Amino acid sequence: MSIIVNHLCHVYGADTSQPVKALDDVSFEIKDGQFIGLIGHTGSGKSTLIQHLNGLMKATSGEIYYNGKDIYDKDYKLKDLRSKVGLVFQYPEHQLFEVTVFKDVCFGPLNQGYSQKDAELRAFHALRMVGFPEEMYYRSPFDLSGGQKRRVAIAGVLAMRPEVMILDEPTAGLDPKGRDEILDQIARLHKEYNMTTILVSHSMEDVAKYVERLIVMNGGKVMFDDVPREVFKHYTELEEMGLAAPEVTYILNDLKKSGIDIDTTAITVDEAAKEITRALRAANKIR
Amino acid sequence: MVREITIGQYYHADSVIHKLDPRVKLMGTLIYVIGLFVVNNALGYLVVAITLGTVIGLSKVPIKFMVRGLKAVMIVLLLTVSLNLFLTPGIQVVHFWIFTITMEGIKASAYMAIRLVLLIMGCSVMTLTTTPNHLTDGLEKGLKFLEVFRIPVHEIAMMMSIALRFIPILLEETDKIMKAQAARCADFESGGIIKRAKSMVPILVPLFVSAFRRANDLAMAMEARCYRGGKGRTKMKPLKYTGRDYAGYILMAVFMAITIFVAIYGTLPFENF
Repeated sequence: MSIIVNHLCHVYGADTSQPVKALDDVSFEIKDGQFIGLIGHTGSGKSTLIQHLNGLMKATSGEIYYNGKDIYDKDYKLKDLRSKVGLVFQYPEHQLFEVTVFKDVCFGPLNQGYSQKDAELRAFHALRMVGFPEEMYYRSPFDLSGGQKRRVAIAGVLAMRPEVMILDEPTAGLDPKGRDEILDQIARLHKEYNMTTILVSHSMEDVAKYVERLIVMNGGKVMFDDVPREVFKHYTELEEMGLAAPEVTYILNDLKKSGIDIDTTAITVDEAAKEITRALRAANKIR
Repeated sequence: MVREITIGQYYHADSVIHKLDPRVKLMGTLIYVIGLFVVNNALGYLVVAITLGTVIGLSKVPIKFMVRGLKAVMIVLLLTVSLNLFLTPGIQVVHFWIFTITMEGIKASAYMAIRLVLLIMGCSVMTLTTTPNHLTDGLEKGLKFLEVFRIPVHEIAMMMSIALRFIPILLEETDKIMKAQAARCADFESGGIIKRAKSMVPILVPLFVSAFRRANDLAMAMEARCYRGGKGRTKMKPLKYTGRDYAGYILMAVFMAITIFVAIYGTLPFENF
């Protein structure tokens, strides 16, 4: 079971004086249970791409297969696709509308056609999954802090029990603590429920720590599609796209340039620290 | 559907009409509308239509954009036409059930349809060739004389430009919210009228919230930059008339003269029945 994207193209404003090619021949496959980072500079087409994955946008050309079925088939039910591929938009807290947090989370399951009772059960479970404090379930979503609102919005999608979870910059506009909390939560959900997860971001630091595969987009095209370590080897090219490799990549590469025999593939601070101590010890021994 | 309204949507092109001073275009639109209501016969409408055609040709804006603007007012158009068609007394042509179509009715509704179509298309030429900012600049400067009567022209222009600026933002926001709710399996299309109205709640509530948030942010940002109304404010790009603007005014006068002349003397033979 998987998502296959085949030669997908999307053109914005094809009938205006300035058509924009947002997606240009994008192809890849996402296997079940993968944790993927989708990275690109603003305007690289990543938001457009994910909106295709749950059928909110229709491609100008190309196909998408979800679990072997063409989602552009006439008799394919997009509503089913949307409950299987959960999409959390950027600033998802802007979609909250209900009187209470709990009711808002119920919105998705109720739309799916579950009874009030089942919907409430799912909402309850989803709010637990994102670690939302129980005593605040019946507060108005508009009274919450930014981080809490975002949790509620994410729960609103989780309550539909999707098989695939796509999050568009879930950490945008949050403070470092809120950012780490949300990302840890997402990683935990992926681990516990083995949910296929796609994390969209433009920050390498954010995703490097968590994902097992990185798709880098630039100008509507997929530039790199590999494990993070391999992708970060191209850090000079990433810079040309307006992106940056994690800071440790730069430190390790600078150390290597200064003549120390060191492995530059570490992607987290911890790994880098270990590698640097190892390299320095080795260098001292030789002396 | 909301996206189909052309008013306030600028189409970028490099043409004489785009480069005209907004005051000239505003005045031109006004003269055009007056001309449209002055004419009362086929020849007059022909003159207006040819003028509009020439201006559209000069503006380099594809005609389909103006036609798109018409779609939004189709219902109003149909209503006016049918009212005129059925309710004008005169010589009877067709009669069925409670409807009577008269010769005068046909004439009146045809003229009304032409008038409305020309009106909408003419106005959308202005909005398609002028950015909202330019437009309010033009209004502000063109109506400056009203300040003598203590009318806060600058403030009104500022309100207008903010309102115009918010249209695309709110449209985009609506689109985003609709998508976000659709991602939660919301259904806006099926069901009866009550169910559909109810399905608007998840869109309208966040939309209002975001409109207030944006307005608040904007007010804060303006205050932070010491905005205090129009007194003593200078412009980054002050409006100045050039040769082509004067030429525009002359052509407008010519257009006005022709329409008045045609309205008085230009009745075509077939119209006298």
